[in-house]
Amino acid sequence: MTNRFNRRQIIKATGAAAAVGALGMPTVALGASKKVVVVGGGPGGATCARYLKIFDPGIEVTLIEPNKTYHTCFMSNEVLGGHRTMDSIAFGYDGLKKAGINVVHDYVTAIDPEKKVVKTKGGQEFAYDRCVVSPGISFRFETIEGYDEAATEKVPHAWKAGPQTVLLRKQLEAMADGGTVVICAPPNPFRCPPGPYERASQIASYLKKHKPKSKVIILDPKEKFSKMGLFTAAWEKFYGYKTDNAMIEWHGAAEEAGIVKVDVANRTVTTKFGEEIKADVLNVIPAQKAGMIAHQAGLANDSGWCPIDLHTFESTIHKNVHVIGDASIAKGMPKSGYAANSEAKVCAASIAALLNGKTPPPPSYVNTCYSIAAEDWGFSVAAVYRLAKDGSKIVKVSGGLTPKSAPPEYYKREMMYAHSWFNNITRDIFGL
Amino acid sequence: MPGKTRTYLIVAGLSLALAATAHAQQKKKELVTGASAQMLAVTCAGCHGPNGASGGPATPTISGFNPEYFMEVMEGFASGEVPSTIMGRIAKGYSKDEIKKMADYYAKLPFVPAKQSFDPALAKKGAKLHQKYCEKCHSEGGKKPEEDSGILAGQWIPYLHFTMEDFIKGDREMTKKMKKKVKKLLAKEGDKGIQALMHYWASQQ
Repeated sequence: MTNRFNRRQIIKATGAAAAVGALGMPTVALGASKKVVVVGGGPGGATCARYLKIFDPGIEVTLIEPNKTYHTCFMSNEVLGGHRTMDSIAFGYDGLKKAGINVVHDYVTAIDPEKKVVKTKGGQEFAYDRCVVSPGISFRFETIEGYDEAATEKVPHAWKAGPQTVLLRKQLEAMADGGTVVICAPPNPFRCPPGPYERASQIASYLKKHKPKSKVIILDPKEKFSKMGLFTAAWEKFYGYKTDNAMIEWHGAAEEAGIVKVDVANRTVTTKFGEEIKADVLNVIPAQKAGMIAHQAGLANDSGWCPIDLHTFESTIHKNVHVIGDASIAKGMPKSGYAANSEAKVCAASIAALLNGKTPPPPSYVNTCYSIAAEDWGFSVAAVYRLAKDGSKIVKVSGGLTPKSAPPEYYKREMMYAHSWFNNITRDIFGL
Repeated sequence: MPGKTRTYLIVAGLSLALAATAHAQQKKKELVTGASAQMLAVTCAGCHGPNGASGGPATPTISGFNPEYFMEVMEGFASGEVPSTIMGRIAKGYSKDEIKKMADYYAKLPFVPAKQSFDPALAKKGAKLHQKYCEKCHSEGGKKPEEDSGILAGQWIPYLHFTMEDFIKGDREMTKKMKKKVKKLLAKEGDKGIQALMHYWASQQ
């Protein structure tokens, strides 16, 4: 197709590629403002802040995050299983500060897209040229009768890691042998598609060792779930799935098992079918939508999530505001930690280009998602993506799941790689 | 009425052709290509660490390698010649040109030796074994980034362990020379010999 390009375009393309650190932008018109405010310091926001600085050290980056310590959701299931400490999933912001990012611990209460100002609960105001919003999720409490924010103190979701994780773990530790743990999985789309099933596996692994007469029941509004074949195979292998002594039961849409009501005081849930199930430990993971600030700032559409340009992640509703991670409608990519980290880099590269008067560079995206179902039994889904030319989708170009027929050594290696991924991605996110 | 029938058939034909084209277009979307080396390379950091320097415990460091070797392994992942867990699924997503870009990019970054524990006595023995069986191709104690072999010194031991296992089992092909040397080593020193080598490579921090 080279005869379609004129000589100037070819020189431009190869010239850009030859530049040191191709995306480095060493020069800019004097006086041009390059201020970016990042709202949210999780896998999306923190990665974006770091990579903005990497792609163009001349950009002034402010990151606003309420928590001084961030607990990752990923690997929090291992805390529930008793295989990992809370400390190991806790990360601070010194790495970002060292990279010259202005870290502000406060809540963002408003984003003014006309004046291009971000306002905080503490009364501060931050002007921006570009704003990146990475607020994660919030819950649709209205979809479950009897369940609200206050209820989460007794019936945790633990779908935002931290005190909720500690609470759920404490409840598991306090549960007597022979008890029933009920996990109510959410409808699509939600943060971390394989999460509830890894959780069930990790809890079963703990119960098998310490409280073997107990069981885990998953109530699911869905017909199927992420990595279903791999999870059910692991449950058969390790937890007696579908036998009389099954430690894990899964009930799905065919049985109308999604819950409609919670009696918090009695830890009893009612399914769509009308069945009442009493739990000794009850974990409700409600239906989700974008994090609250996204709604307050008018960035979400009727779906509850934020529509964006898939190349730059710029909101299609408000100019100069970008949305990444779980909150965004990044069509083609899952709502995962690695996806947020990947989207953050593409977003950062696009913003760095735009702030320097250049066109956003061709993107590349990746996602790898590990689940650990038992000791020495990890499995994954991985994919490489490219942007469709018409901008309509982030298209998977390769990837797939762990083969079901793989030998135990493969699953053992995947577990070690899962732990390595966790170690490396958190270093990539938090710069530690 | 022949005229009308002919028109009808022509229109029907056109509709079918258009439908077929539309279907073909829907099936395979045209994609944006031309991602820079840096854009491609930073996607790897989630598993391999920032700048390809892995914090372990098992995923290898990929910086500072000879670009020829990097390319050979990536292409091996894609073809299946080099066994892997996820890398085969990922390597298939890149063109040869893109792999070359990543290879050249990572070659320029420093190899950061892994901070891992080792037994000094075993490491001492391993040093001798390396000189005898490995140094010829893995020179400088396994530090040199060769065209046809990876960096051994300072690489994450679980990863080297998995790789050796694959070589010895025959899941991954060894060169004739390597096969000969490994056979001799195993015959004389057994598995303990492999362990000693691992400790030697780990000791080079």
